[in-house]
Amino acid sequence: MPVTRNEIRVAIRSDGDILAARQQGRELGTRLGFRPSDLAVIATAISELARNILVYAKSGNIVCWPIERGTKKGVVIQADDEGPGIPNVETVLKDGYSTSGGLGLGLPGVRRLMDEFAIVSRKGHGTSVTAIKWIK
Amino acid sequence: MLVPILKQGQYLIASVQAALRDADLVKLRDALSEQVGTYRSRGVIIDVTALDVLDSFACRILSDIANIVRLRGAKTVIVGIQPEVAYSMVQLGLRLDGVAALDLEEGLDYMKRGT
Repeated sequence: MPVTRNEIRVAIRSDGDILAARQQGRELGTRLGFRPSDLAVIATAISELARNILVYAKSGNIVCWPIERGTKKGVVIQADDEGPGIPNVETVLKDGYSTSGGLGLGLPGVRRLMDEFAIVSRKGHGTSVTAIKWIK
Repeated sequence: MLVPILKQGQYLIASVQAALRDADLVKLRDALSEQVGTYRSRGVIIDVTALDVLDSFACRILSDIANIVRLRGAKTVIVGIQPEVAYSMVQLGLRLDGVAALDLEEGLDYMKRGT
C-alpha cells in the first residue's frame, strides 16, 4: 500500500487510541472536503472498527487514506488486527449478532454507514476490514 | 476527561465538555447513579452538545444511565444531540432508551412539566 502524504495510521491499544483514530480520521475527511454529516459518519465508523479491534483482538491498526476512482473521490478506512479472526463472517454481518455482550451493531452498522465494505478474516490469523466513503 | 456534574435544584446536570474515552463514560454513569441518591434528585440532564460522535458504546452507556436513574426514582433527559450525530446514529442502527430534548432549556422544561 503506497504511503501518501495524507495517510493516517493509528495503533489501537487502549480506549484513548479509539478517540485519537476518530479525531485524525475526521481531520483527514475535513481536508478531503467531506460535508459535516459524512464527517460524523466517518468518525463513527472508525470508532466502531477501532473498538472491535480492542475488544476482539486487543490490538491492531486503523489506517485511512484518500482514494480516487474515475471522477469519484473518497476515503478508505482500513482496520487490521492479528486477533483470533472471525470463523463465520456472514454471521457477524447479521444485525444483532454479538459475541461480546455488546449491541451487535458493529460491523453491519459500519457497512450501512459506508458506501463500500469488505472483510477478510482467517481463523487464528486476524481480520482486515476495508470500507470506503465517497465524497458527495 | 471527567464530566462535571452540577446540582441545580432538584436536578443534576452533566455537561460533556469534550470527546470522552470509554472509561470516562463509565465514570459518568457511576457518578450519576451515586449522586441521584445523595442529592435525592428528581432528574438527570446530560448535555452532549460537545460530542461529535455517539457510537454504540456511548449509546449503551447513556441507555444504562437512563435505566439506572429510573430505578433510582428519577428521570433522564439527553440534550443537544447534533444533527449529523443523530444521522450517523440512525444509519448505524442505534436507538437511545431515554428521552431526548433539543437543548438544555427544553430539557429543563420537560423535567419541570413531568415532576
